[in-house]
Amino acid sequence: MFWQQMVNALNLGAMYSLLAIGYTMVYGIIKLINFAHGEIFMCGAFFTWWFMTSFAVPFPIAALMGIMLSTVLGIGVERIAYRPLRNAPRFAVIISVLGMSIFLQNMARIIWGAESQTFEVDFDVAPIIIGNVVIPIKKAFILATSFVLMFFLGLYVKKTYIGKAMRATAADPEAAEMMGININAVIVLTFAIGSAMGAVAGILFAINYNSIDPFMGFNAGLKAFTAAVLGGIGNIYGAMIGGILLGLFEGIGAGYISSMYRDAFAFGVLILVLIFRPEGLLGEIGKSKRQDKTR
Amino acid sequence: MKLVNPKDKTKLDDLAGGSQAGTPARKQSPLVRMAKLFARFKWHLKLLIVFACLMIPLVVTSNYAMRIIIYIGLYIVLALGLNVVMGFTGLLNIGHAAFYAVGAYTTAILMVNYGMSFWLTIPVGMFFGVLLGIILGFPTLRVRDDYLAIVTLGFGQIVYITANNWMGLTRGPRGIPGIPAPRLGFSDFQIVLESYPAYYYLILLFVFITIYACVRIRDSRVGLAWMAIREDEDVAAVMGINLVYYKTMAFGFSAALGALAGSFFAVFQSFVSPNSFTILESVIIITIPILGGLGSIPGTIIGAIIMIGGPELFRAASEYRMVIMGAFMVAMMIVRPQGLFGKKLYQPTYKI
Repeated sequence: MFWQQMVNALNLGAMYSLLAIGYTMVYGIIKLINFAHGEIFMCGAFFTWWFMTSFAVPFPIAALMGIMLSTVLGIGVERIAYRPLRNAPRFAVIISVLGMSIFLQNMARIIWGAESQTFEVDFDVAPIIIGNVVIPIKKAFILATSFVLMFFLGLYVKKTYIGKAMRATAADPEAAEMMGININAVIVLTFAIGSAMGAVAGILFAINYNSIDPFMGFNAGLKAFTAAVLGGIGNIYGAMIGGILLGLFEGIGAGYISSMYRDAFAFGVLILVLIFRPEGLLGEIGKSKRQDKTR
Repeated sequence: MKLVNPKDKTKLDDLAGGSQAGTPARKQSPLVRMAKLFARFKWHLKLLIVFACLMIPLVVTSNYAMRIIIYIGLYIVLALGLNVVMGFTGLLNIGHAAFYAVGAYTTAILMVNYGMSFWLTIPVGMFFGVLLGIILGFPTLRVRDDYLAIVTLGFGQIVYITANNWMGLTRGPRGIPGIPAPRLGFSDFQIVLESYPAYYYLILLFVFITIYACVRIRDSRVGLAWMAIREDEDVAAVMGINLVYYKTMAFGFSAALGALAGSFFAVFQSFVSPNSFTILESVIIITIPILGGLGSIPGTIIGAIIMIGGPELFRAASEYRMVIMGAFMVAMMIVRPQGLFGKKLYQPTYKI
């Protein structure tokens, strides 16, 4: 029973991690919360579902197309809601992104309807059984996909030249620009990678729960942001660990204390962490302070 | 003999140096000038506006329009309360609906279960609101900026979840129906406030109390301390401002106003359920002062009129109402990021 709970919790945690990476990457570079990320997550799942049902495209191709469309959407969000506001007060950007989020959510509601749709993917393989723990193949698929993606993203940011440029921009945008890094390109790339990860998370979420609705992005996005803060925002490994920890907290809290308060449990843990270790688990103290003084 | 120092005659602006040296004088936008003009209005002009507000129920006859005007008043109280924390003190709070919920549930439970008078539940609701505000205010010393945003967001969510699940007290998602209308007067001589104009005058009273309290506290030492904290926390601490005391006070004051609005909401709707206090509610409340210009009281009032009254204009296109609102928020911030009545900020927030 305990191990079965653990598998479910880990599964949930892996999805939170993927989604949290999008938040943390964007935050690391422009120091702003991307409230529209949850909507990208929702759109990833909906685009895939749309291709599968309306055009009868097989799942892998539909998923790829969904991810691509969501990536374009993420870049569009950056272009419309962020770029014109680079030098605006921070609250203004928060409002514009919240507006973007409301816009996308209601657009999806108008296009695809407010009721939840079934998202059925048939893997047609027997579940894996270890001892008395049953791991359905879709959960194994979710776990494998998330961990592989996270591993390669970690390598990409750590080892490649572009990853280095991203880290440099996160550390100090002005200095990075002086070193000849094209900051705009880095920001667009960050949004693109974050959105792609978010879309994958959305598709995995849909596979796990077999149902999607236009409002699924908000709650999942909130949780993922919580995970990013828990791990130390701006830190990719922090987001991965934070997501998995949040999944475990939720799984254990829901399984052993009360399933009704599972969300309250996650947020309670978050508030405690922030009070006693405000920079998150892996964050550095200096990073949590903004450099500017206006608001 | 009096010695005259020639330096006394030079104005501060003529002195070279300082961070703003060499920048040309900025022209103020007409909206800001209008707001300043409004602030200098003679008392009789203000009286005229008060009379105009009192006249509204005589002019507006449709119940539907009246309802929206009452909602605008309700959101003015909520947004002015939030403005204390966000505009005056510079702390981000994405959980204002929590205070709103506490006020509404206190009034609902006390009136339905214990038969208390509406007027007595207001101070009780405000007391619980302040208590909650103080609890939320404590972490603010350790947590800053976006972390504070997420703490308040989580806090708002916890209050919502509690309201949704504490069956014994709040009846969960079923809500508390049948909240009686407030009564005015003594045992034999009572007026029941249940018509729309009556509710309108009640919320108008609350709006005036709120505006008065906000203006007075802004111009007091407390308000100055809050603004010092907003401009630079570290410098404020060095100048001898007790950060814990003043930040907690800002949250407490804001919470009291939120709870006041909640009490009114409970009797106006005569039904409270957790669905009225979701995160979207907090988001709408947060949008109002930012749209109007943070820290500006007339701006916040105009912001509430736009945010609550605006969507009703598109009632015919109800399907696209929220879409238009989202697009409007984005466009508004691109055109005028400091809000309608906000002052232009000198420093860019971040440079890339």
